[in-house]
Amino acid sequence: MRCLRVRYTKRGKIRFIGHRDVARIWERTLRKANIPVLYSQGFSPHPRISFGLALPTGFESEAEYVDIYLGEEFFLKDFDAELIQQGIDRALPTGMDALKVGIVSTSEDSLQEAVDACVWEVRISGISAEGFKKIRSELFSCDSLSIERERKGKILVEDVRSQIHSMDIAEEHTDGVTILTELGTKPRVLRPTDLLKRINSELRTVRVLRKEQLTLQGNQRIEPLSIELHPAAPAEVLA
Amino acid sequence: MSSLWDELEQFLDDVEKPARYIGGEDGAIDPEHSPEKASWLLIYPDTYEIGLPNQGLQILYEILNERDDSVAERSYAPWVDMSREMRKRKIPLFSVDTHRAAGEFDILAFNLSAELVYTNLLECLDLSDVPLYSKDRNAEHPIVIAGGHCTYNPEPFADFIDIAVLGDGEEVVGEISEIFSHWKSKSGKELDRSGLLRELAGLAGVYVPSLYETTFSKGRLVSILPKVEKNITNVIEKRTISDLEAWPYPKNQLVPLTEVVHDRLNVEIFRGCTRGCRFCQAGMITRPVRERPREQIVSMVEKGLKRTGYDEVSLTSLSSADFSGIENVISEVMTQDSCSPVSVSLPSLRVDAFTVDTASQMQQARRTGLTFAPEAGTWRLRQVINKLISDDDLFAAVESAYSQGWRRVKLYFLIGLPTETDEDTLGIVDLAEKTLEIGRKHHKSPSVTVSVGGFVPKPYTPFQWFGQNTEQELLRKIYLLRDAAKKIRGLKLKWHDSRATVVEGILSRGDRRLAPVLEKVWQKGGIFQEWSEYFDIDLWKNAMEEEDLLIEDFSYRHRDEDEVLPWDHLSAGLHKDFLWQDWRDALNNQGLEDCRWTPCYDCGACTGYGTEHVVASAVPPAGGSQGTGAASQQGNEITVSISEIETVKNLQASGVNE
Ligand code: SF4
Repeated sequence: MRCLRVRYTKRGKIRFIGHRDVARIWERTLRKANIPVLYSQGFSPHPRISFGLALPTGFESEAEYVDIYLGEEFFLKDFDAELIQQGIDRALPTGMDALKVGIVSTSEDSLQEAVDACVWEVRISGISAEGFKKIRSELFSCDSLSIERERKGKILVEDVRSQIHSMDIAEEHTDGVTILTELGTKPRVLRPTDLLKRINSELRTVRVLRKEQLTLQGNQRIEPLSIELHPAAPAEVLA
Repeated sequence: MSSLWDELEQFLDDVEKPARYIGGEDGAIDPEHSPEKASWLLIYPDTYEIGLPNQGLQILYEILNERDDSVAERSYAPWVDMSREMRKRKIPLFSVDTHRAAGEFDILAFNLSAELVYTNLLECLDLSDVPLYSKDRNAEHPIVIAGGHCTYNPEPFADFIDIAVLGDGEEVVGEISEIFSHWKSKSGKELDRSGLLRELAGLAGVYVPSLYETTFSKGRLVSILPKVEKNITNVIEKRTISDLEAWPYPKNQLVPLTEVVHDRLNVEIFRGCTRGCRFCQAGMITRPVRERPREQIVSMVEKGLKRTGYDEVSLTSLSSADFSGIENVISEVMTQDSCSPVSVSLPSLRVDAFTVDTASQMQQARRTGLTFAPEAGTWRLRQVINKLISDDDLFAAVESAYSQGWRRVKLYFLIGLPTETDEDTLGIVDLAEKTLEIGRKHHKSPSVTVSVGGFVPKPYTPFQWFGQNTEQELLRKIYLLRDAAKKIRGLKLKWHDSRATVVEGILSRGDRRLAPVLEKVWQKGGIFQEWSEYFDIDLWKNAMEEEDLLIEDFSYRHRDEDEVLPWDHLSAGLHKDFLWQDWRDALNNQGLEDCRWTPCYDCGACTGYGTEHVVASAVPPAGGSQGTGAASQQGNEITVSISEIETVKNLQASGVNE
């Protein structure tokens, strides 16, 4: 079985809606765009869609993904990725844009499993570029960095040093800097806000944007959107 | 005018449910402001989740934005954490559309639909930097308007508003905009606020409280009369739009980005109700019945579902199963072309088997629970309140529900109704028990949830003279029910806080003496009083005491026929003598038939305004014998005389002096 994977954004005012809200918006969007999503069986059937790594409310993103389960017929008849992407894009609210669609097989890893790292763009205020560079070099010179995180009511102390892949200044401002940082998501997502707070409690993050979600294969960084736009149809269905 | 968004987004991360404040709903209108237009801020003084779906507000929002002389945005009461932050940062109440300050609008229009939000009206005014009292405002300040069902007795909050609008708002908001935009075009000195208010008072349905004077004597209201001014009417009549077809609003229902109540497409199928339930203010004040043509309903549903992506539509009205040929409407709606299943719901089911069959057809997919509202535990009491449902009607309905797959049934009742005895109260548990017995024929463990509300007498109903049950009396009845319900497996009892009922009662039939009470409760932090975590009866009791006012005077005593009622200068068309007669009939256990299908008895709602019912069929709906005359013939043995009411009254009175 295959599903449609859509990359979309969450930018601007809409960043303040929660994860459940996003799910509801997708349900309505698919009906508006006439995408014949499959429904679950049972007492109260709901559309079968699944999301990747949750994005904290208030964070923006240019790289959100959703998997939409569809009957095989959908991929056969005049499947036009661009038209589908446009239709979905029109049906989404302001701030949520459908950027790309791809087809994935449900036997592949779930979105959450497939993603190894996220690239974040973070706007920080109250620090000079020089000041930040110093903090950065101190960070990369140490071998371990432990962070306290709450999980299921318990406080865990974890070493997250190996999850920090990169961290660079992308832009300098009069009152701060914008950085780009790639952070590993395994075993658990490391949020840039938690990391920055741990490094220096004075840093104030003004805005956080997820730029990419990535699958790491050797040295390659791959977007989890294996596009296979014109799938060959099984002969017996065509007949 | 500037947007406050830049300031807001800096701390929205720190408040609960920030999505309440961002706007951006599908259907939101990009407002075209211009200095000549009257700019309205439509405020629902409760949380976004409760306020956003309000159809009345959405209708006016569209109408005002379609006009050339007006523009409208929306606002909702910020939750307590938000208002705390706003005050700290000196950010005023703002619109969710363009996030501009409330004080920059010409008109602040509040939708008031429940008494317990009155203190939120004060909170919103204060957050807007607008003086609380009408008398303290000048030409610089916005005009404060109230609409919604509560304006049928606006006296408790009359000092805080400049204008109350009675009845349907569709036409009158245009008339107000016209006068206002003209007034606005005048130059500085001519901008005389009281002149504007006098002009607005000339519009039908518009009440300007500051132009009327109330006189009290020995703790009783003795008159409400226009202050010696020309052209001010003695009685303000409500507005009624006679043809719903001409107003197919909302055309673009707002689809929120976050979860709200009634999160589905809502299409109003008729307005008004003539069932004549005597406790129901909505039914009385919205007469006559005006049905929307079937084709228009179907097309509104079709377009609405396509545009919004909802898969559920509610066909709204006060009693939707009574719509002429409702079965046809439902099947037309359900068979329309769509890629996912559509479920249809009627907000209020009539209690009979036919209605359940219809419901079963509507909700093919979702079998959650069915709610019926018999309102009273015995047939006798149901005749008193004119809810003419026999026990057999109810049993047939639940039989039908259980047999068609529902396992949960919800029953809704009122306690504290006129002439109610303990036998009537306990009749509630009795009905629930029998309902469960029927359920057991079909399921292993059926369940019944009984919800009990405390009755609050409302203006413009035959029960407007009735002395409300005291807090203690209601509590006694709740305990009576609780003890009886305990023994029954599968029965769950829920009840409304009787202390909240007390406050609702004070405000429902209160008068202008309550203004300082509202102010004191608000000052002490008594906002969001309809939310149990914030409701505080002591704030109200203390404020009443400080003002030397007795709850007894406002709520618990029966009122006399010739007593001046605080809303006597306002009119919903209903003749006072019709209501009084209906009150006497109630005390004689006499039901009154639905005038849609039987001859008119001249209540005044049509006859007074030259309107009439707009119904597609003059034949009672299939399966709906109630109130058509057939039912009223049954059992009528027990009569309760007024003297028993007096006994009950004493009981209540002894409860007051704790
Ligand atoms: S005026 Fe007559 S027809 Fe109209 S609502 Fe009253 S009783 Fe019914």
